[in-house]
Amino acid sequence: MKKFILAATIIASFTIISCNNNSKKNTDTAEVKKKKKAEGEKIPEMSIYNLPSHWTTQNGEDIELKTLQGNVVVMVMIYTTCKAACPRLVADMRNIEKQVPEEKKNDVQYVFVSIDPETDTPERLKAFAKENEMEDDKWLFLRGTKEDTREFAAVLAVSYKEISPMDFSHSNIISVFDQRGEMVLQQEGLGVDNKETVAAIIDLAK
Amino acid sequence: MKLHSTVLCLVFLSFFSTISAQKIDMATVKGGVYLPLYGTADKLVTVSPYLMDVYPVTNADYLKFVKENPQWNRTNVKSLFADKSYLTNWTGDYSFKGLPNSPVTNVSWFAAKKYCECQGKRLPTMDEWEFAAMANEKVQDARKIETYNQYILNWYETPKTFSNPVGETFKNYWGIYDLHGLVWEWTLDFNSVLISGESRKDVDKDSNLFCGSAAIGASDLMNYAAFMRYAFRGSMKARYSSQNLGFRCAKDIDN
Repeated sequence: MKKFILAATIIASFTIISCNNNSKKNTDTAEVKKKKKAEGEKIPEMSIYNLPSHWTTQNGEDIELKTLQGNVVVMVMIYTTCKAACPRLVADMRNIEKQVPEEKKNDVQYVFVSIDPETDTPERLKAFAKENEMEDDKWLFLRGTKEDTREFAAVLAVSYKEISPMDFSHSNIISVFDQRGEMVLQQEGLGVDNKETVAAIIDLAK
Repeated sequence: MKLHSTVLCLVFLSFFSTISAQKIDMATVKGGVYLPLYGTADKLVTVSPYLMDVYPVTNADYLKFVKENPQWNRTNVKSLFADKSYLTNWTGDYSFKGLPNSPVTNVSWFAAKKYCECQGKRLPTMDEWEFAAMANEKVQDARKIETYNQYILNWYETPKTFSNPVGETFKNYWGIYDLHGLVWEWTLDFNSVLISGESRKDVDKDSNLFCGSAAIGASDLMNYAAFMRYAFRGSMKARYSSQNLGFRCAKDIDN
């Protein structure tokens, strides 16, 4: 509980600053593939790039979500200490990636967002990437503040609840976003038929 | 000399109370341990002390916020953050229908969250909200008292309570009004509600969330009243808004 108070205090102090925010800090671009950036183009209203959140990658770099603009983004929320569902979600993501044809692979970014930012440090995410042989830069692991994570889950309609310090219950949803950050499709469940998801990605990717 | 210091002291006191004026609108909830609806005996939840708004946020309060933050008015709000029913009962970007001291409703979670942040506050967590709302006028946990549950159930059957002014229901043990009897309220972690198969499919490990045990008597009423709330939360998405759904803010207690 102490931990929670601390986190809440940090969040509170952060949010006071961020009331009228247009978040100008952290414009580093990191190793995220940056190409075909829709420069100057207006972000659609339903785009996740309207979220002003900041994230740290598995390489310890700070990025804004906007950095991903211009890629087809396939996104899932996990936590690295997860024993049950997450390995299967990881397998599902890999499975989807495999089915995208070679010439389109470069246009797709696969993103894992941690729902346990306290435990999932960049080092941990890095180790997780390594364990799962996802060190190629098409795999991106993100960790944010507790607050931004909650907000992001709200956008993805992912529910989660901490049930012990090492365990969460959460919904298993893989979301696909187009180059401008609008959600195109959500796949729910573990090991479900991913035909539609793959088709959507292939359709979007150039 | 004595008189002098008394005067000084009074001046100081009045100065101090001006600074902390904001706190007058908030009540201290001392916190404690409670068993949530979905909990089992070994899953007691500890709630730390916090401050909570005495009343839900009103139309007048919200109008002020929208004027100061025009990106949250009806025209400008991004559809990622609010659906079409956002402030649907308002007559314009800066005018509302109904009473200034009625609770603002038809606001999304994003909007409610932002409002609280702009007051230097935050939305209460679900546990904080539930903890404060267990109280009746006299006791901290009235969930097994029949009149408490009957009050809530009667409210569920009363139409259009959202157009009533704030502060007309009972003042609870903590000095907080309207947790029951007026509108339902957003919580920070409303999206941690995992009602299997209802809101989202294939959620892990929640098969025991509502262990549908056929209890009888007061606890049945208690479960029903609370279950409605949990089910409602589980059915919401962060950009949704509803006529029956308002909010209030909370705050940590500074040490």
